[in-house]
Amino acid sequence: MTTSNTLPLISAAAVQDTPRATAEPRWVKWTLVGIALTFLTLFLILPLAVVLYGAFEAGMQVWWQAVTEPDALAAIRLTLFVLLIVVPLNAVFGVAIAWAIAKFEFRGKTILISIIDMPFAISPVVVGLIFVILLGSQGWFGPFLAEHDVRIIFAVPGIVIVILFGTLPFVARELIPLMQQQGKEEEEASLTLGASGWKTFWYVTLPNIKWGLIYGVVLCNARAMGEFGAVAIVSGRIRGETNTMPLHIEVLYNEYMFTAAFAVSSLLTGLALVTIVLKSWIEWKDERKQTSSTAR
Amino acid sequence: MESVMSSIRIKPVIPGFGLTMGFSVLYLSLLLIIPVAGLILFTLQMSWEDFWRAVSHPQVVASYKLSFLASFIGASINAVFGTLVAWVLVRYSFPGKRIIDGLVDLPFALPTAVAGIALVTLYASTGWVGQYFEPFGIRIAYSQIGVVIALTYIGLPFVVRTVQPVLADFEKELEEASAALGASRLTTIRRVIFPAILPALLTGYALAFARAVGEYGSVIFISGNLPYRTEITPLLIVAKAEQYDYHGAAAIGVVMLGAAFILLLLINGLQWWASRRG
Repeated sequence: MTTSNTLPLISAAAVQDTPRATAEPRWVKWTLVGIALTFLTLFLILPLAVVLYGAFEAGMQVWWQAVTEPDALAAIRLTLFVLLIVVPLNAVFGVAIAWAIAKFEFRGKTILISIIDMPFAISPVVVGLIFVILLGSQGWFGPFLAEHDVRIIFAVPGIVIVILFGTLPFVARELIPLMQQQGKEEEEASLTLGASGWKTFWYVTLPNIKWGLIYGVVLCNARAMGEFGAVAIVSGRIRGETNTMPLHIEVLYNEYMFTAAFAVSSLLTGLALVTIVLKSWIEWKDERKQTSSTAR
Repeated sequence: MESVMSSIRIKPVIPGFGLTMGFSVLYLSLLLIIPVAGLILFTLQMSWEDFWRAVSHPQVVASYKLSFLASFIGASINAVFGTLVAWVLVRYSFPGKRIIDGLVDLPFALPTAVAGIALVTLYASTGWVGQYFEPFGIRIAYSQIGVVIALTYIGLPFVVRTVQPVLADFEKELEEASAALGASRLTTIRRVIFPAILPALLTGYALAFARAVGEYGSVIFISGNLPYRTEITPLLIVAKAEQYDYHGAAAIGVVMLGAAFILLLLINGLQWWASRRG
């Protein structure tokens, strides 16, 4: 593992000094790098730049006004509120299902793992539609909910449910392979020594899966704050009430308030960049840990 | 005596199967399985004629064509450029490489609505990029090209992130052996390296395609949503749901669900193939 990880670095250094049979000529290298960078500039860097330019073009004061305007604040508050429910719930689910899959043998495990992947494949728009049909006023459970005075669709609970659905796999997908790879010897040792199941989980398992869990939570959080298609169907877009940040951006854009739309977008872009930095950092840490543990 | 001995030797049983499995299955059933089954049951209530009329309306058929063709083109662009980006990131060193590597994940992390308004601003006829195409009579925003651009953007990380680890773990000795046996560099890449990354490449391709077919947020701004021309299928579902035509929306939704399941099976098959090859 270690050798194959460090090899590209060694070879990359060697390319610059001596041309070899297993490397491309320098002009080929730089042409390929050039094409790759042009492609990434067009699709990644310019969209990022255009958001930040659009947000700050008119000055800091305009930006500040746009993000502190009451509807924007309500959207920010709602998005944070949804995150506070969705991320912990899906994290608990991820840990639970990873524990069941990694520590026990049972039939239908592969099917269970494929089911977890479903939200990746189903269009967010279809997700929204499913819950409108089931829980909306004209839906199957609509009359029952109306009788008990519970509003789910065109209200906050509906938003929470569709985002739960859309971000369900993230923590589970990170933890399942990690915990399968770690096996169960450490837990068994802890239990043999007399620790209870919960104690074993808190003091043995959790420290082992800590980084995988954080990684999954970061990805889940990023997707949850940006969920759009599903929320667009179930929210009803009531200003100041059921508009999340992405929906608020859409409303502003459609009303030709481009600067305000980009100002609110810049907040989400900032969070996306933080996500990427955290993700790279965790990966880097993981890589270093692996290298040092195999070196020992 | 014997039973005591054997009970001592038994390994401690890890607790919590009932709790974790029970919770997981309950959670998945309530949130995922029952609702998805509900959509299918809901459409089963429709008569076959109604269902067929909803899913085969010319406007809907035009949207399937656009959604699938644009997703196909987008995923193909990503297959070529994504492999190139993965190659460049693994094999070469150049200034800013770490930052570029991190930025590849941007389409995962950036909310799709933000991406949508950024892309339309960029590729509109007055935008930073669009203005250079306008003189040639090429309109990107509010055309089918715009849909392809958005779907290429959204699928960009998949191919890069599936091919990158395979390339990084690729044994250099195989390349050396190939070169020592007299193969040219191009032959080595074509006959030795390419077959090794092919399963990962196809997995990334299928993932990018699946994501693109269902994508909504990043497309609707740049597409302009002209009926029969630049309407994607997810947009029609939203439009029908907003007009309270739930049966029409559900029928199209089931078609998309079917496509998603087929793609999911294909992806699982490809991943199985890739793991066997690895």
